[in-house]
Amino acid sequence: MRPLEARKADQGHWHQTLRSTPYTARIAALMQGSHWSNWSGYQSAQIVQDEELEYFAIRSTTALFDVSPMTKYAIQGPDAEAYLNRVTLRDVTKHAVMRVQYTAWCDDEGQVLDDGTLFRFSATEFRLCAQERHLPWLLDCAIGYDVSIGEVTEEFAGLAVQGPTSCAVLKQAGFAGVEALKPFQMRDYDGIMISRTGFTGDLGYEVWCKSADALALWDRIWDAGQLRGIASIGYVALNKARIETGFIVAQADFVAAWSVLREDRGRRPDEIGLGWLLDFKKGQFNGRRALLANKPKHCLVGLEIEGNVPADGAVVYHTGKKVAGIITAACWSPMAKRNIALASLDLPYGEAGKDDLRVEIYALRELRYYKAMKRAKVVPRPFVVLPRRTLTPPADF
Amino acid sequence: MSFDAIVIGAGHNGLTAATVLAQSGRKVLVLEGSSEVGGGARTVEFHPGFKVSPVAHLVNRLHSKVISTLKLEKHGLELGKGSAKTVVLSHNGPVLLHGGWGERLDGVASEEDRRWGEMRKVLLGQAEFLTPFLARKASQLGQFSWRDKAFLAGRAVALRLKGREKFEDFLRMLLICVADVAEECLGDDRLQALAGFDAVLGQRLGPRSPTSLLGLLYKLSGGVNGVPGGQVVPKGGMGTAAAAFAASARASGVVLRCGAKVARILVEDYRAVGVVLADGSEIRARVIVSATSPQSTLLGLVGAQHLDSGLVRALSILPGKGNVAKLHLALDRVPDLAGMSGRFVIADSLNEVERAFNPSKYGELPERPVFEFVLDKSGAPDSACVVSACIPYAPFDLKQGWDKGRKVLTKAVMSRLEEHAPGIDKTVVHAELLAPPDLEAKYGIPGGHWHHVDMSADRMLMLRPLHELAGYQSAIPGLTLCGAGSHPGGGICGISGLNAAQSVIAGYAV
Repeated sequence: MRPLEARKADQGHWHQTLRSTPYTARIAALMQGSHWSNWSGYQSAQIVQDEELEYFAIRSTTALFDVSPMTKYAIQGPDAEAYLNRVTLRDVTKHAVMRVQYTAWCDDEGQVLDDGTLFRFSATEFRLCAQERHLPWLLDCAIGYDVSIGEVTEEFAGLAVQGPTSCAVLKQAGFAGVEALKPFQMRDYDGIMISRTGFTGDLGYEVWCKSADALALWDRIWDAGQLRGIASIGYVALNKARIETGFIVAQADFVAAWSVLREDRGRRPDEIGLGWLLDFKKGQFNGRRALLANKPKHCLVGLEIEGNVPADGAVVYHTGKKVAGIITAACWSPMAKRNIALASLDLPYGEAGKDDLRVEIYALRELRYYKAMKRAKVVPRPFVVLPRRTLTPPADF
Repeated sequence: MSFDAIVIGAGHNGLTAATVLAQSGRKVLVLEGSSEVGGGARTVEFHPGFKVSPVAHLVNRLHSKVISTLKLEKHGLELGKGSAKTVVLSHNGPVLLHGGWGERLDGVASEEDRRWGEMRKVLLGQAEFLTPFLARKASQLGQFSWRDKAFLAGRAVALRLKGREKFEDFLRMLLICVADVAEECLGDDRLQALAGFDAVLGQRLGPRSPTSLLGLLYKLSGGVNGVPGGQVVPKGGMGTAAAAFAASARASGVVLRCGAKVARILVEDYRAVGVVLADGSEIRARVIVSATSPQSTLLGLVGAQHLDSGLVRALSILPGKGNVAKLHLALDRVPDLAGMSGRFVIADSLNEVERAFNPSKYGELPERPVFEFVLDKSGAPDSACVVSACIPYAPFDLKQGWDKGRKVLTKAVMSRLEEHAPGIDKTVVHAELLAPPDLEAKYGIPGGHWHHVDMSADRMLMLRPLHELAGYQSAIPGLTLCGAGSHPGGGICGISGLNAAQSVIAGYAV
């Protein structure tokens, strides 16, 4: 049990229904209005000042987004690698030290529980970052393995520094050599860890530090970014960037298996565009047998829809008659100058020959709905490819 | 020498599976960790000159299909004729139950005799309805063949044809507690106590626990010599049964190897391909059949790393700890029990059985244990005698520890015996109490559990031991489960061994 003082200090927790993160104070000071949302029980900004300007900070300068609410698990021990190889989809034995893997994990039935990023610090030390909480599942998976699993969400603060000038900002902030980092590589700066990762499809980094050091780190980066257009952004802008990149979000583009109520609503990795993570030759992993024994029944596709009205939540039809699926995310892409969307379709719709799709859009215009059946074309994802995302070293500003 | 199939464990189920596989023309090797075959059906010398069957001491559900398939009678199994008596010893005097579970009673009023007869008829009728379920493979839900469906349809029709009243009775009674039935039907404490005791022996339930009637129906679905609910104390001990199983296996060409402890099951390319023994040697075969519990097979021998996590968790919380202790007494003369013989049950009333159950929920021992015992003169020198007692509600994880608990429980049992056979205490030459951990350590019974996995309503038929493992499947291709943890469950029955082998022959799980 925790010391009495600590528990007493926490007794008023119910006054604040959402917990703040180490960066909440700085973001709140910048925010006009009060656009907070609930991310795993923490305050997360939807819009800080202006969603359009925030989006363009991602694409033109540098955007700061607080990723501290990300659930983080420290996974350590002699069997950590074998354990993660059994839990997650990708081959962890090939995961090099000081690199990051984007990955996902399934239940016994091969249905996706969540996706996330796996950081490897040494032969025996990992950190798994995920949207949702998974401790009971991760502990169940540990039966038979010499591994320790601890939740460290509140121990570490995370800050996404994304945009064309982000590398220059970090260099200016004193992180010498950050330009040498390749995508999915990470480096330790005296306890501050920088990984070249992000959710924007742009040049960008995520900076991780002990929660107690977070505000000093924010100030250091903020000051360094003053001449390079740094801005604090909310999720609305980030969401637009991630749709352009074709990234998926749990509980938005698919329903996580642990929360599914209806039998057919869970999704296999290859039903949500994550088939490329599957490695059936790497050894046993959760869901392997079920995935091999069954075939995918759905697919996730990128759609380009005629017109310019975003098609959020719209029904997708095949040849205008048969329901083929639903739009899970959509926006007018400022970069691609196209009306784009992610859609979850029932196979064979979306495959060649079955891709004559229409999207039923209801546009609300001053108390009146305008219904439109718009043609939609299956297009490859990402919708927007930026060479600067992978260019090493990045251009200097 | 190479083998087509390896069977792990030479208990009655392992030997049955091995023999059936050998009869199909396969070359079969049985690996037994201990120094002799028999598993829960063996007989050992526990004191110089005194022999006892340390796990099961009665034959009461050995299946006729197993007896005929293995030709056990030809190989030395002697079950005599009919059924042994059951004697309820109580402070109100004894009741004698003749034939299969009291076809005829001695020692009760005639009105009570009639009531017993009516209840017995109802229960035997229900057990008879369930018997076919317990003899055939229980397929995984969603994998029913047309045969399974036809069988279920046939059973549904059979149930309905029994008439509306019996149909309703069956549905009403199936999941209730035995105490409700006994109190509704009977007036005599001793008979109520017996019904309660027989329902819960080997279960983790008291007579007032919901679903406890199922245990009685399971017992009554068994029998011997064609007598439903019948029982026999085999001459020379259960070891003679084990010897018959082993002889049948050898006659079919099975190779038996004792003292060959399997350390792990080899899994290559996601299928079971052989075993590694404790001495490090490796034996390969296309088919591996395990007669040990699902938990020890999959978590112990296969290893969690080859399984899905959800299954591992389900296995790790399977209730697999026994709660029946065995007490063996070597007596220098036959106790004075008025010349009665057969199976004795000491229990005064239903509530006494329930009270004995209560402390076990908290890892404690009953103050006044209820128990059954048999007397065996054949395992002892002239004029001497052996008592073999099964004492329920002896939890595997005893709070006070079994070092102390053995003495406490022995004393409590002796004092109850003394009530009915005064002076018995002074005739004890040697006493041995085997708690569930001892049954595990000495005789390889996982968890010291008769059934490997609780025989509870949620662990029966296609849910035994788990939905994923129904139909003798193991989740690992090439590996089949055939022990008491699989359908239909424990007791010296042999059906799980027989059905598992037939599944292998039919091409399932291979």
